[in-house]
Order: sequence, then structure tokens, then C-alpha cells
Amino acid sequence: MAFQFNDEYRKQFDWLVTRYPTKQAVLLPALRLVEAQLGHVSQESMEYVAQQLDLAPAFVNGVFTFYSHYRREGEGKYIVQVCQTLPCALRGACTIGDAFGEHLKLGMGETDKDKKFTLKKVECLGSCASAPVVQINEDYFENLTPEKVRDIVLALQNDQKPPHLSNGPSLEGGQRHWMPIVEAYPEGK
Amino acid sequence: MLVKDFKPILLDGAYKKGEWAIEQYEKKGGYQAARKVLSMPRDPATNNVPPLIEEVKKSGLRGRGGAGFPTGMKWSFVDYKSKKSRYLAVNCDESEPGTCKDRVVVTYNPHMLLEGIMIACHACGVENAYVYIRGEYVVEFEHLVGAIAEAYKAGYLGKNAMGSGFTIHITPHRGAGAYICGEETGLLSSLEGDRGYPKVKPPFPAVEGAWRCPTVVNNVQTLSLLPSVITMGAEAWSKIGPERNSGPMVYCLSGHVKKPGLYETPMHVTLKEIVEEFGGGILDDLKPKAIIPGGSSMPVLRVDGKPYRASNGKDLTDDFNIRMDYDTLKNANTLLGSAAVIVMHERTCMVSALYNLVRFYHHESCGQCTPCREGSGWLEKLIARIYRGKGKPEDLQTLLSVAGQMSGTTICLLADSVAMPVGAFVIKFREEFEYYCQHGKSMVENPIPL
Repeated sequence: MAFQFNDEYRKQFDWLVTRYPTKQAVLLPALRLVEAQLGHVSQESMEYVAQQLDLAPAFVNGVFTFYSHYRREGEGKYIVQVCQTLPCALRGACTIGDAFGEHLKLGMGETDKDKKFTLKKVECLGSCASAPVVQINEDYFENLTPEKVRDIVLALQNDQKPPHLSNGPSLEGGQRHWMPIVEAYPEGK
Repeated sequence: MLVKDFKPILLDGAYKKGEWAIEQYEKKGGYQAARKVLSMPRDPATNNVPPLIEEVKKSGLRGRGGAGFPTGMKWSFVDYKSKKSRYLAVNCDESEPGTCKDRVVVTYNPHMLLEGIMIACHACGVENAYVYIRGEYVVEFEHLVGAIAEAYKAGYLGKNAMGSGFTIHITPHRGAGAYICGEETGLLSSLEGDRGYPKVKPPFPAVEGAWRCPTVVNNVQTLSLLPSVITMGAEAWSKIGPERNSGPMVYCLSGHVKKPGLYETPMHVTLKEIVEEFGGGILDDLKPKAIIPGGSSMPVLRVDGKPYRASNGKDLTDDFNIRMDYDTLKNANTLLGSAAVIVMHERTCMVSALYNLVRFYHHESCGQCTPCREGSGWLEKLIARIYRGKGKPEDLQTLLSVAGQMSGTTICLLADSVAMPVGAFVIKFREEFEYYCQHGKSMVENPIPL
């Protein structure tokens, strides 16, 4: 079936449209909603978003490809992003990248056959005072050592909650995107 | 000079669970500044509050995003005669390597930011503010959304904000991984739903910004400091820190120190104090060699006490005891930028450190302007060649010449952000680059792997 927003995301999308002076401005948030519903942004979903926002599908694709953080089709369930920029590099980011590569048997930029893990080198994740840092899906892992990497990979291979998680504390109810504001102020404008 | 017992403003309550709730913030006197400000009438002709803009000018508050431009002055440049809507874009796209402080404010003190946004909106007559937060910050986004929802529920935002009759809306906008969206016009392009391409200035955003309407772009911390400016009064607030460098600064200390972290203090502090008092000294008790004082695009300081030959032929040394304020660093030919202090000890290979930075900027160049797109690539290839042991002595001159031709030839400052570190690294650590070219290997034992 062709992609369309389910009720939860449709509600947020409609609300977001009221918050900006143009429909086009909703493009980045809309792609985030697609990603949340589908797990990644597909060609089909971009055509859907284009239609919803009165944009050309090629334009949407052009914007989408500019940004590196949206989840692409064909990537693993866990996307391991190893920060390699200077503050992390000074504190041994390379050994962390190597440790992930060794435990996952993956090279940088590769995804395994089961589509479980994708290993990537990325630029600054904005957590320089607790380097070296890795982001796996939404979660940050800070002050990493090769030993911690082994524990994390083991847990994720068994789909368990990984240890050494160093996110700031999550709110009750967790990641609900724009929904809390939609509920607090449903009229939008 | 280290100010002992300075009570933090931005980091107040940082790392304490539950501190982000609206009740907690109000218990500490939160939202009283906004209440006070919203009772000030707007000028009917310009729909702004000139006395409030004056107050912020008087406080001496300078933008915390990197340029250090006086905030009140920025607000006074807005085209108030225009009949178009006005917007406020809040820059929380923190991605300058070394910088990691906005996220702590947004996580633990989101209401201080919201109150600051309300004050700025009222001062400049803005109805709609957008907080552009980088895509990687998921938990931070969650906290921001939670706080905005709380503020709507409390009646502080919306059509009749705090019963004042004025409309203030705040919408969080999530980015998706692009350094360039931290540049103000790149941010606005991205906010409009486009590729994050910076735009030619002038017109400046204050005249023609988001959706071609007058737009104020301020950093998270600049806005978060506003409630304290109002509560303390501009006069008293301006006395925090050295003259013309008012207010507290959050320094992000990273790299080779024992205790990396965020440290908030008035700008009387010296670089040595930041490294030794806050950071607990250098890892393994080694000596410091190079320190970037304000985020990776700022020129590096050579702090091992050895002289270097500047481009004008004079022999200079950098001062490890330098005061870490905007003006002092500017006089030393570097900049405070985002106050991200990246420390490198004596065993750091400067060639590989520079390679790492240039690779970053090449990756993040948006590709619009040829000098930046191609130049950053050439620089990366040149330094990679030296790193692989195939460098030629004349490569250093080529590096400096490419960097020199990038500066000031592009729409935004990203090209300068590559050129500045390249120039400073090569000039200040020339002997290390020359050694690498001659011997095909680093002067120190363990260069940073590619």
C-alpha cells in the first residue's frame, strides 16, 4: 500500500502546517514524521510528502539528500555513528571505531546482511566534553572505552537495552515528537 | 583572575534530574522577568519596545553563538518600518567541533530559554519564534517540546501570552545533520524547507530574513541570559566580567585535560586557569602544546612557550596566561568564538590534527561556492599527502596560498573557518610540518589515525 500518515502523525502534520507561513517550511519536520512512522524515508513517502506540501517530488528529494541524519532505506536496525572529529579523535575515537568494526565485523559505511547494524564515521556529535562519543539510533554513549563497546554490541546483538547509556534523562512517555505541544495547544495558530 | 564562588546562571541546576520542570523553574523566580517585561507597552508606530532594547544594549550582552555581536544592537537593526511579519529564529544547531553547551541548557533549563525568547519577542515585536535544534539532539528536542507544552498549558504562550494581550508562539524545528545550518542564513534556508544554503548578505536577516521578512537570529545562550539581565538590571549585569565583555560565559573544555566539561564563569578567567583549575591539568601530567580557544574554526594558540615566525616576518609567542574574553583574544589574532577550548598536549601531531579539522570542513562545505567546495577539498588532499609521507616542502606554501584565496571569497564564513585554522597551524607549527615533509613521518610518536 502506498505510504500515508497514520492518525497520530497526520494530527502532528496538520498542526505543523498551521505553524509556518508557507507549506514548504513543514518539509523537514514532515520527513521526520515519515521517519518516525516508517523507520526510514522511502522514495514513495517522499512523493507523498511532496503531494501534501504542493512541492515537486524531485525538489523534496533534493532537500532530503542534502541532510545526512535522516534514515535511508536499506540501513541497519541499529545505526552506529562514531564521532571522529578532533575532540573525540584526541581521546581515542579511532580505537572506538576499530572496536565496533571488530565486534560487528563491519567496515566503516557498511551494513550487515541481516540489516541489523550499520557502522558509520560521522562528524562532530556535539558532546566534546565527554569524548569519545558514539550515537546509536537516538542514544548517546559517552566516555567510551573498547571494553564498553564490547558490552554495548553484545546487548544490541541480543536486542537488549545496552549498558553505558549516557543520554540526558528522557521524559516520561519518551519520544513523542511534536505531540505534547499539539495536545497542549491544539488550535495551532 | 578566577572568580571564586560564582553562582552559575546558565548551568544552574544542570545535571539534576527533574530540574527542567516548570514548577522548579518558577520556584527559583522563573518567568517573573517575562511578566515584568510583558507589562511594558509597545511603540504603536513600530510595534516594538525601545526601552527594552535599550536595556539589553546597556547590559553589554554579546551574542554567544560565536561572533560576539552586541545583542541589543542586533535588535535595533531590525527593519521596524516594514509592515511584514517579524520572526525570531533561535539557533540551537550547535555543531562547531568542541562546542557542547546549548544542549545542557535545553535539557536542564529549557524554561530559561523560553523566557528569554518571550523577552526577545516582546522587545522586537515578534509573534512567531522557531527553535532550530540539530537533528542529533533527540533527548534535548524532547525536553524542549515538553517545556513548550508546559508553557502553553500555563498560558504563558499563545494568543494572549501571560494575559498581556500579545501573541507569542514558539515552534521547535528539528534539523537533520548539517553543520552549515548553524550559519544564520543557512539556518533560515533550512527553516524555510530548503537545502541549508547560506544566502548573500546584505540584505541582512534583520531586514530580510526568513520568508523575506525581518528576522532576528539569536543563539540559545544569548536568549537564556536575558531573564537574568532583566532580573538583575542591566547596570548590575554589565558588571559581571571585564568591561565590554559582560556576563558569564560557559567554556566547553575538551581534549587532553583531566577533567573535560562545561565551566561557567565571568570572562576574567585566563586560559591557564581554565586548563589547570577547571580541567585539573593536562592528561598524564604532560605539557600543553596547542590550544584552540573558541571552537575548531578559530586560529590555534601555541602555548609551549616557543616562538613562531608570523606572516609579517616577526617572531611572536602566544601567551598561555591570556584572558579569555572577546577583545583580548581578538587582539591576539584569534577569537573567542563559541568558547570551546580544545586542548592538545605535547605528544599531539599537529599535521594529523589539522588533517582531522580540514576533513571536517570539506565534509560540511555546502557546495554552493567554488572556492570553498574545491578549496577545502584541495586542502584536505594536500594535508593527506603530507600525512602519508609523500609531502613536498613546497606543499606548505600551496596550503597557505589556497587557504588565503578562500578567505572572503564566498557567501558565508565556512571558507574562512577552514582557512583560519590552516593558516594558524602551518604558521605556528611550521617546523613540524616541514619535518613531516622532509622525513615522511611525524615528529611525534603517534599521529592521530586518519
